[in-house]
Amino acid sequence: MVHEANIHIHHLTRVEGHGDITAVIQDGELKEVQFSVVEAPRFFEAFLRDRAYDEVAHLASRICGICAVSHRAAALKAIEAAFDVKVSEQTVLLRRLAFYGEILSSHVLHLYFLVAPDFLGVPSLLHLAERERETIKRAMRLKRLAYDLCREVVGRHTHPVAMNAGGFPFVHDEAGLLRMKDRLIEAKEDIRETVSLFRGLSLPSFERETEYVSLKHPSVYPFYGGDLFSSESGSLAPEAYREAVREYVQPHSTAKYARWNRSAYMVGALSRVNNNHGLLGPFAREAADRLGLEAPCHNPFMNNSAQVVESALCVEEAVQIIDRLLERGVRSEEELAPVHPCSGRGVGAVEAPRGTLFHEYAFDDQGRCLEANLVIPTAQNLGNLEEDLRSYAPGLVDQEESVIERALEVLVRAYDPCISCSTHVVRLERDPSTHEQAGMKGGSTMKESREPDEREERDALCPECGHAFKAYVDRVVQDDKKSGMRQKIECPVCGCGECSVVQPGT
Amino acid sequence: MKKEKPRIAFFDFACCEGCQLTVLQLEEKLLDLLDHVEVAAWRVAISGGSDAYDIAFCEGSISNREDEERLHRIRETAGTVVSLGTCASIGCHNALKNQWTGGEVLELVYGGEAGRFETLPARPVASVVPVDYQILGCPASLPEIEIVLKRILTGQPHPLPNNPVCVECKRNDNLCVLEKGVMCLGPVTRCGCDAICTSYGDACQGCRGLVDEPNLEAAVRVLTENHRHAIMDAVARGLRVDRERIRTWFSLYNGPDLQLEQEKTGHGP
Repeated sequence: MVHEANIHIHHLTRVEGHGDITAVIQDGELKEVQFSVVEAPRFFEAFLRDRAYDEVAHLASRICGICAVSHRAAALKAIEAAFDVKVSEQTVLLRRLAFYGEILSSHVLHLYFLVAPDFLGVPSLLHLAERERETIKRAMRLKRLAYDLCREVVGRHTHPVAMNAGGFPFVHDEAGLLRMKDRLIEAKEDIRETVSLFRGLSLPSFERETEYVSLKHPSVYPFYGGDLFSSESGSLAPEAYREAVREYVQPHSTAKYARWNRSAYMVGALSRVNNNHGLLGPFAREAADRLGLEAPCHNPFMNNSAQVVESALCVEEAVQIIDRLLERGVRSEEELAPVHPCSGRGVGAVEAPRGTLFHEYAFDDQGRCLEANLVIPTAQNLGNLEEDLRSYAPGLVDQEESVIERALEVLVRAYDPCISCSTHVVRLERDPSTHEQAGMKGGSTMKESREPDEREERDALCPECGHAFKAYVDRVVQDDKKSGMRQKIECPVCGCGECSVVQPGT
Repeated sequence: MKKEKPRIAFFDFACCEGCQLTVLQLEEKLLDLLDHVEVAAWRVAISGGSDAYDIAFCEGSISNREDEERLHRIRETAGTVVSLGTCASIGCHNALKNQWTGGEVLELVYGGEAGRFETLPARPVASVVPVDYQILGCPASLPEIEIVLKRILTGQPHPLPNNPVCVECKRNDNLCVLEKGVMCLGPVTRCGCDAICTSYGDACQGCRGLVDEPNLEAAVRVLTENHRHAIMDAVARGLRVDRERIRTWFSLYNGPDLQLEQEKTGHGP
């Protein structure tokens, strides 16, 4: 039992990206618990500006190596909405097929590589290489299947190729689709085994009802699109996402939070299953029944089970889509819809593996991006994750520190946070008024609130390559300068690390 | 006596972690690999992890001080440092933000809260510490990862291939995408990807960086003047095709390289 403890888990392992958990326990009582994102930001929203629309789509997939297809699809849907492009049914079917590959791949990765080790008592799945070779081989087989499904449609899983605005620029191989179909049918056995594995794991029986948000479609499980739906208030057009996804800043954290009707909401597999359980096919339903997942389910740990159910759904529905494609025959380039850039704005909403993903772009008449707004699932989940942590942790304070630590990790991992996407996780509130301000030269609140000499632009010269450039001198650099030395900085051209800041007037 | 297995470790900086995921795609071979190496640290896949390792794979660009220090520590520990993927090897589009000063880019993204953050120009790993092996690609290609792994374990060097993507594209019997009206950076881009994008009818976007001594002038001429299909197609869609447009396109992955090229030859694309 711990009376006083400061638990700080730095760079949480077996999640995608860098995140920390902090819990403070005083006098046997939990004082504070939070999850913070510490990933180095990559500034996508800044450098997407001025890029041509096709480059925007290309760059969008680079936001995340796990959900590259989702990011690309969200960008394409936004671009096609802005330019009023109507893609063919074949294109939609193929894109949906790529989604099944990606969702399956992501869920298998999370379930087997990131979650299962917690319950099997090993630091990683690779540590099972001796003991349970069959389990690890099954995980590899399912991953291979998901990867090959993506490869069949978009060349590879991480960073799809040839997934362009208007459609696919190449003809798909029907023989390849047929082979995939056979393998998908064979894989049902592996999915059943996966269900058995996860049925055997004892997930904590913690429940906390919250607002469940996902897309919802009347007839198709909504990975590729649908209306925006909240378990609290019902449907909304995805274009109106800003009305629903209200983003705000918490003073204790650099991350951006989101709420809709309640103080926080949850996105991801559990929300999707809760909101769309009527659309589960027989095979997915069998998985849900065996796992004891009944909608609505209020146990966040069951997000793992919902991922198993969706894995079954992917295998089941991918077969149906391949049948449909083969039935209508895969056609060549005439299926490409012409893309005529025009000035406009578009929103693309899809269900990425971890939840609802929004991309919104404004373009000029040349199809160049004027503004980008990306809202990613992990950012939307942060508020709800913290509320779960606050509700779950007090029940743990009687335990050993290491046990608390592990329990909190397991809860965070159940959310499957994807932090690389943190282009936006760490992006702070900017409502329309401050947005305008930030766009105005010298009019931003930042400049007003800072001492003029705290951050300065200086001329710098590289002795190696002779390149002159502007260096931004921030406080850390300036501290060194005050100690009377010339600050060495890295040349952005040759990276020699020998460049020195030239003092103004020298 | 049995020789001790070398210990490998994976580290990530500013990136999408797609290259590490590609390593996971070694799948069955990953198990074979474990017969030859010990995985000391791999945050994405393994809890715990050790600070003692011989070979460090670094993915991503370095864009803040904490990462810079982390990388220096890695270099001190590891006998061999490998930059994994384009972000780590040449900066990738992380370096796109370098066109602005740190203050401007923070202000663009964080608005009024910009003062709470710090950022440095994004640099490839080799700009911060010496690198022993480079693997290119966005994401890194699996066959190349395998080859480099073998070469590291057998102590051989891995010189970067220095042909343009066109060589591999031709070997795959593809119709040149330029003929189909798609503009392509293949002629000046380093090969090693088996021309995957052009084989799927897409344009090469130059993700593996420029070949040594690229003829940028000719490449731009082909794209802006000589290539009727591509130009007419773009014009028909109401797009302007001029040097500026091509230049921004070139900078998608090659911003730092282009500047260097400009310094060397006195002109860029």
